[in-house]
Amino acid sequence: MNAIPPALPPHRHGSIDMTHGGGGRAMTDLIRDLFHRHLGNAHLAEGNDGAVVDLPPGRVVMSTDGHVISPLFFPGGDIGCLAVHGTVNDVAMMGARPLYMSAGFIIEEGFPLADLERIVMSMAAAARDAGVEIVTGDTKVVEQGKGDGIFITTTGIGVVPEGVRLSGDRARPGNAIIVSGTIGDHGVAILSKRENLEFETAISSDTAALNGLVDVMLAAVPGIKVLRDPTRGGLAATLNEIAKQSQVGMVLEERAIPMKRDVAAACELLGLDPLYVANEGKLLAICDAADAQHVLTVMRTHALGRDAAIIGTVVEDTHAMVQMRTNFGGARVVDYLAGEQLPRIC
Amino acid sequence: MKYIDEFRQRDLAEMVAGAIAREAQTGRDYHLMEFCGGHTHAIFRYGVQDLMPANVHFVHGPGCPVCVLPVRRLDDAVELAERYQVILCTYGDMMRVPGTKQRSLIRAKADGADIRMVYSTQDALRIARQNPDRQVVFFAIGFETTTPPTAVALVQARREGLSNFSVFCNHVLTPAAIQNILQSPEVRDLGTVRIDGFLGPSHVSSVIGSEPYEFFAEEFQKPVVIAGFEPLDVMQSTLMLIRQVNEGRHEVENEYTRVVSREGNTKAQALVGDVFELRESFEWRGLGSVPYSALRIRADFAEFDAEKRFQLSEKASREVKSCECPAILRGVKKPTDCKLFGTVCTPDNPMGSCMVSSEGACAAYWTYGRFRNQTTADAYQEDVVA
Repeated sequence: MNAIPPALPPHRHGSIDMTHGGGGRAMTDLIRDLFHRHLGNAHLAEGNDGAVVDLPPGRVVMSTDGHVISPLFFPGGDIGCLAVHGTVNDVAMMGARPLYMSAGFIIEEGFPLADLERIVMSMAAAARDAGVEIVTGDTKVVEQGKGDGIFITTTGIGVVPEGVRLSGDRARPGNAIIVSGTIGDHGVAILSKRENLEFETAISSDTAALNGLVDVMLAAVPGIKVLRDPTRGGLAATLNEIAKQSQVGMVLEERAIPMKRDVAAACELLGLDPLYVANEGKLLAICDAADAQHVLTVMRTHALGRDAAIIGTVVEDTHAMVQMRTNFGGARVVDYLAGEQLPRIC
Repeated sequence: MKYIDEFRQRDLAEMVAGAIAREAQTGRDYHLMEFCGGHTHAIFRYGVQDLMPANVHFVHGPGCPVCVLPVRRLDDAVELAERYQVILCTYGDMMRVPGTKQRSLIRAKADGADIRMVYSTQDALRIARQNPDRQVVFFAIGFETTTPPTAVALVQARREGLSNFSVFCNHVLTPAAIQNILQSPEVRDLGTVRIDGFLGPSHVSSVIGSEPYEFFAEEFQKPVVIAGFEPLDVMQSTLMLIRQVNEGRHEVENEYTRVVSREGNTKAQALVGDVFELRESFEWRGLGSVPYSALRIRADFAEFDAEKRFQLSEKASREVKSCECPAILRGVKKPTDCKLFGTVCTPDNPMGSCMVSSEGACAAYWTYGRFRNQTTADAYQEDVVA
């Protein structure tokens, strides 16, 4: 991440107040001094109500994602880069190359300007690294107590290259299920910094833009059936979604699922099941079994796919259930969670 | 992970499974009650049942602290949060348990009550320190495992003069519950529930020791094996129980020797004794009113007793009609015997506590039962997996 730039002009308050959302000079200054300064590109500089962009030929993908997270800054990232990665990844999971994004900020009165700047700089760096431009945006300020610091909504658009057709309903019996790396890193990193749970861990969030990894995968095997990033609800929720969409079952092999020791230990301590813990820089791929080794080899050449592994297979099942063979030698169902994962008492 | 991975080893599991298969006599059924929800959870999470011969049956006991709390006490907690506007601190499991008319803490929270999920009593104390102008109540539930931390919190609160802190005490006692099950007509006279032995509590026993079980083993002639919560613990303990049954013994054996001693944690026991005393009677979901089965806060600590600080109203608390949780908790019925099971009552829309907690029998059955009907796993080709 870049170094913090020189402090904002001294006449500026140290925190957001209602004038920053009022449509007057304070708001204009904020947009110019902070947002344009860091996110700067030709489209933003035009200062119009919307951005007019050129798109290469192909089908256009559009995806949106709202980001609310506590804490705003966590090991390995912050809400800013997360807001970029989340949307870039959603676009990329459709097989599209993400090109442009919008960003809407809802900021709570009293939010420190220094924190806002840090977040916007992080967004700028993440967008630059992912090769997307943030071309339009919006800022609103809400009264104290009516927001949790800052909420960021991003929308991204991208274009799908010829010959690529990815969709959650394309998994077929016999297909292989691949995960791009260790699971649960993001969720555990966040939990380790929650106010009432602080514990020492070396785990950082895996938040990352996956479009580069997707590029190399699709270049090698354009016929990949499904890509999806297992964010909220973790691996388990995402696989259940795909199973329902495709009306197939899945059987996972527990010992094949990559997981860091620290993540496993933290989950053990907190009584959580890592299969349900969020990731922000991982993807699940489903492809023909015959392509699986090739996809895997290519993934492992990419920094974000080094620990990729084949973790299971798609089976016929009218009940569309996800099952897992446990390390221990038994079998269990990997169901949706009912609501949030709650820690157990004893 | 040290002390964990060792107890989840597949090759050892296969070895113990082989021993169980050899020792479980054909033509004889073994009905073993795992008292604790922690065991139920391990059995389902690791697929332990798959490694058992068909004549070894696990009967799920009432040792799920969430499941046994009667609706009335949950309604009281909701009243504390809503009517008295306290900050109610609770362990996570309790959040979704339905009270009267399906009103849960999570619903009350959505409607504006200040309910906070905590991991320990220390979190509740911290919240009390940070909010001196608010009343903070810790919703204390659980068996002997969670009782000492509550005692510590009460001692600390008194020492610090933390006058805005109090405890809504619902701590219950394991031996009383086991005795109640063994004395129930279903087990004793009618024989509708068969129990050949008990997988004894693990964490609870680390506090109370293995000695309190010696009475049941003798009086009711049932073997007890104190079993750890890891899957290999459960399997090894099962083997030990089968051996006792085969040999006609009824002793208290301790598989969980790395933690549990005969006398238990005497320091914790002394602390609990200083802070709590026995209630003459306490209502359990499923077991009804059980004498001397729960704790209340001693008069010395009365100023921190939420039941004394707040006037809780009389309530017509009601469980959902035709919810079979009570019978299921006693082992009299199986979840699949309940009309609501899997239709009206699912983990997404629980009617009773057994469907909420991951330790609850209904939640486990709902997931596992559906799986048992599947044959797709058999069609699975292992060589597809790298």
